[in-house]
Amino acid sequence: MALELHPLEQFKIEPLIPLHIGGLDLSYTNAALFMTAAVVLITALLVLGTRRGALVPSRWQSVAEMSYEFVADMVETNAGHGAEPYFPFVFTLFMFVLFANFLGLIPYSFTVTSQIIVTFALAAAVFIGVTIIGFVKHGAHFLRLFVPEGVPIVLLLLLVPIELLSYFIRPFTLSIRLFANMLAGHTMLAIFGGFAASVGLLAILPVALDVAILALEVLVAALQAYVFAILTCLYLRDALHLH
Amino acid sequence: MDLASAKMIGAGLACIALVGAGIGIGNVFSALISAVARNPAAQAQVQPFAFLGFALAEATGLFGLAIAFLILFVF
Repeated sequence: MALELHPLEQFKIEPLIPLHIGGLDLSYTNAALFMTAAVVLITALLVLGTRRGALVPSRWQSVAEMSYEFVADMVETNAGHGAEPYFPFVFTLFMFVLFANFLGLIPYSFTVTSQIIVTFALAAAVFIGVTIIGFVKHGAHFLRLFVPEGVPIVLLLLLVPIELLSYFIRPFTLSIRLFANMLAGHTMLAIFGGFAASVGLLAILPVALDVAILALEVLVAALQAYVFAILTCLYLRDALHLH
Repeated sequence: MDLASAKMIGAGLACIALVGAGIGIGNVFSALISAVARNPAAQAQVQPFAFLGFALAEATGLFGLAIAFLILFVF
């Protein structure tokens, strides 16, 4: 009995509404559908949840307020004083990654953040934005970030390239961290699901394992959103306060 | 050795990087447990760092896994 496992089929991008304008493929794909769904759900939660605006919040209002408070607290603690203008950006990042990750956990859905191009777009936005913020705030003095204080000149020849490398690798690590976590999690779920489909009564074992892995994936979904946001805050702090 | 076999072997070797992830995550949570055992009041302060450390340690292991996928499906 051949095992016809196709665990990577779930990551295939399907055009739902084909659309070609001037040689560019602008089809509305399943990825676009789930990104739209994430945005719609976030907007619904925040707008409809706080519509009543009661002093004693209802359940939905509580959730909306808690998410705001959580990210506001994180930005204040980790990005320091001058970072309040960047709170909407960090909040958007956090909520989008969180909802995209959670939507991907629904069976037969599509995980938007398991596509490297999506996570790289987000990470590139963070990296380019933070670098521009640093140069706008400090001018050429921003390059002091790569020259730690009190280091002898000889060590600087070694240290500055290392600091530069670790700075420029940030968009890649930020994107690959989220991408690899989502890809590995969903591939594992699909592989164990495939095992359950092919054995007989013993299928209870891979299904039980799948349940456990799904629980872990819920944790990882929330955690990866948190880590993406908190690293954005830390990079912002580096750019704003140069250490 | 043809390319397909070499890819399989390369991908398998690249997954050895996950050993580091396992050790790192174990270290992070062992430190968390020790810290909370010594000073339970500090739990709320230490826990966010524990989760951040877990994610970063796991990420380095997953970089190895990403290389494995790169070898298998891109080259």
